[in-house]
Amino acid sequence: MADSTLPIGGAIDLTPQSEVYGTWLEQVHDWVVTADHKKIGLMYMAYALIFLLVGGVEAILLRIQLAVPHNNFLSPEVFNRIFTMHGTTMVFLMGMPLIIGFGNYLVPLMIGARDMAFPRLNAFSFWMTSLGGLFLYYSFIGGVGLQGAGSAPDVTWWAYAPLTERAFSRGHSTDYWALALIISGFGTIGAAVNIIATTLCMRCKGMTLFRMPLLVWLNLVVAGMILITISPLTAAQIMLVIDRYLGGHFFDSQAGGSPVVWNHFFWIFGHPEVYVLVLPAFAIANEIIPVFSRKAIFGYPAMVAASVGIGLISLSVWAHHMFTVGMNSASNAFFVLSTGMVGVPTGIKIFNWLATMWGGKIRFATPMLFCNAFLIQFLFAGLTGIMLSVAPWNWQLHNSYFVVAHFHYVLVGAIVFCFPGGFYYWYPKMTGRMLDERLGKWHFWLFVVGFHMTFDFMHVPGLLGMPRSIYTYEPGRGWDGWNMIVSIGGAVQAVATLIFVYNLVHSYFKGAEAGPDPWDAWTLEWTTTSPPPAYNFASEPVVSSRRPLWDLKHPEDPDSRYE
Amino acid sequence: MFGGWLQRKVPGSAAYALLLLLTRAGHAAWAAPTDNIVYQTPSIFDPHSGPAQLIHHLSLFVIEITGAIFIVVASLWVYVVLRFRQRDPSDDSEPPQVYGSTQIELAWTVIPILIVVVLFLTTARILFAIQDQKMPPTAINADVVGHQFWWEFRYPKYGFTTAGELHVPLSTEQAPMTTSLRLLSADVDHSFWVPALFGKIDSIPNRVNSMWFTPDKAGMFVGQCAQFCGVEHAKMLLRVYVQTPEDFAAWVKNQQQPAVQDPAVADGRQVFESQACISCHVVRGTAAQGRFGPDLTHLMSRDTIASGASANTAADLKLWIKDPDYVKPGSLMPAMQLSDDQIDKIVAYLTTLK
Repeated sequence: MADSTLPIGGAIDLTPQSEVYGTWLEQVHDWVVTADHKKIGLMYMAYALIFLLVGGVEAILLRIQLAVPHNNFLSPEVFNRIFTMHGTTMVFLMGMPLIIGFGNYLVPLMIGARDMAFPRLNAFSFWMTSLGGLFLYYSFIGGVGLQGAGSAPDVTWWAYAPLTERAFSRGHSTDYWALALIISGFGTIGAAVNIIATTLCMRCKGMTLFRMPLLVWLNLVVAGMILITISPLTAAQIMLVIDRYLGGHFFDSQAGGSPVVWNHFFWIFGHPEVYVLVLPAFAIANEIIPVFSRKAIFGYPAMVAASVGIGLISLSVWAHHMFTVGMNSASNAFFVLSTGMVGVPTGIKIFNWLATMWGGKIRFATPMLFCNAFLIQFLFAGLTGIMLSVAPWNWQLHNSYFVVAHFHYVLVGAIVFCFPGGFYYWYPKMTGRMLDERLGKWHFWLFVVGFHMTFDFMHVPGLLGMPRSIYTYEPGRGWDGWNMIVSIGGAVQAVATLIFVYNLVHSYFKGAEAGPDPWDAWTLEWTTTSPPPAYNFASEPVVSSRRPLWDLKHPEDPDSRYE
Repeated sequence: MFGGWLQRKVPGSAAYALLLLLTRAGHAAWAAPTDNIVYQTPSIFDPHSGPAQLIHHLSLFVIEITGAIFIVVASLWVYVVLRFRQRDPSDDSEPPQVYGSTQIELAWTVIPILIVVVLFLTTARILFAIQDQKMPPTAINADVVGHQFWWEFRYPKYGFTTAGELHVPLSTEQAPMTTSLRLLSADVDHSFWVPALFGKIDSIPNRVNSMWFTPDKAGMFVGQCAQFCGVEHAKMLLRVYVQTPEDFAAWVKNQQQPAVQDPAVADGRQVFESQACISCHVVRGTAAQGRFGPDLTHLMSRDTIASGASANTAADLKLWIKDPDYVKPGSLMPAMQLSDDQIDKIVAYLTTLK
């Protein structure tokens, strides 16, 4: 039990837990009413994984339709709903819950806290977010809709006005979209407030801001960005609802409103949102790459500065989504420069990861494989991002399949690589059992092959003039074969994802026992049992460096000597 | 319908067979005609006008720089992964711990900043050159109006309006000729994109945007709407015909004429004018003065109807009038429930509008 004379303040508690399982109903009740950050974190993750599968099925439907020209698999009405829902699902119902779930689970454990700062706000946030998702999906069955294809939103996930106004979007499909995002937005804001308060107020003894693990730093930056960016989105949705039902004219061009105002509101949210999703992926790489290279992260202060820098600069780049709306040349030039500048801190990160691996002893277990694929894919995605930031060239590339390929490269290449990497890394901590390495390698290699088949080749039809959001295309434009390859790649990714899901379920029952510290890692979460007890730490840990477990394992050469 | 792509030479594979099965299973009740296929790739790397060429040169420069960065960093990564992987799994010793290096980190902060500055200055030069270009007084002006789901082209100087197919004069070194477009919208956001001539600029309601180009090759260039605008966004195609100045002048002269009045099709015209057709369509010089749909005054001077979704032949016109949803599901042209006889008469009349 706790003994403050032991290392890390006696936080290591290896007392076997005697858990009492209630009836099935009692267990469900326990999950519903829980305010434990770990259980809420797991629920976020499960929720995100379910919607990953739903959004994935939607993607497969889209790719079947687009595999050949003039296809009749989906009607235009259905296609438009499915691609709108695919985008909205993957960003708001998969991406956001996934990053918040990992933050929820890991931040208190990594800073030596027993829970989040506001446990009940935490539960409230989760249930708001999940209600938003359920509400959005109810649109499929909530009515036959005007075209007999349900009332699911069909205005794209960026929902440019005035297509969303009542004159052009009759029925309730746009209402489902706007209200669902308002509801889940409140949940997201609550989660962000909680993470900020937790990291600022709940750190254990000795953990100064500059001793926090980088994952915690990045979650802090992301939470700050969420506060700044979700608010304009929520405001815009409220204005849209006012336009639709209370006769407002914010975006209603027929009554003198300005559609371009919507674009600004949406992208001041929408561009930082990309970083909100990607920084937590960076955060996972920041933890996995050092442990599997057996070296401390290279340039910790620079990594913190780069993260904060990305957060700040990314708030000033939104109108690079709007080079084609007819801003004047000076405004265009400003956003060319600011967008280019965001590449600088991103570059620092990539170089620092490479320098961390340099001179190490790299172990290519599954988590590290995923992070390495992420590294090179993110480099590529960053460079196509530079291409898109060049305003005159953007006039060609904007809204083409090149853009679709670019942002899937960013979001899939980063999130859908780093987070599975994170699952392989922390699953032992969450469940007490290792994920199967052999299945993990199958998952990884199949996913790499499928990813590159799909998204490498998706750039090509964009360069050949294929616009996005089209339900079909003319034959003879030189787009046919490329689209077929892209669709087949999608099927390969689907198989890989199913292997992952199977691995998650299979290993829960059959996986090898993990023990508290299976990866020989250095941060505080590995000092508790796997899974951690409800109270996390038997007593408050005391740390004296960025890698408390390194100090513990190498008393002859502790980090604290160098900081 | 599916015969079309099966007959073409495609690599036979299991995936094709599977997809065929799936698409058959989901076969909808409608199918679109495919007989106006234009085999042309609107590649952004095949520029045929002044601004498109500037953009093209800029894009090659950016590809060179980003390509070089990719090769350098990717090589570093390959080296690190090969050189520093753990060779002996039983070796538990830890490598030397390095925490950072100010000099190295400064280097890889400053060098990217310099690259960004170079890219920015190059970009800004081209940006200002294209966007702030003064239009010569000889420029041909046309207004492009985006509609759900077709393009209207107005030539205010010449006093006529057409749809779906924009005609512009060729520009040569001896006789430079600029085409200057104002981009407007009648309903929602659209985006005008013909990759060979310019990038895309949005047409947005309550807003006037502009675009210009100097086409250097005669011929037809394809493009389409690039901003999602509703159900039939995918079939909001567009064509630009670049003509020699003489051909262009002849085309303008013809377009300026009022509609042909052929007494042989008087009863067709009578049917047309007694139906709701005239609420949405203009035929100049007749009672048809609706403004919601395309101007039909010189309908038969165009190669396509329904914004490029169908060829413009008598048979296609019949199909289109009988059931617009069959050709372009979700288009705003209603099926007027006319008898076959009425449709035949209307088509006979329309085909005289040369």
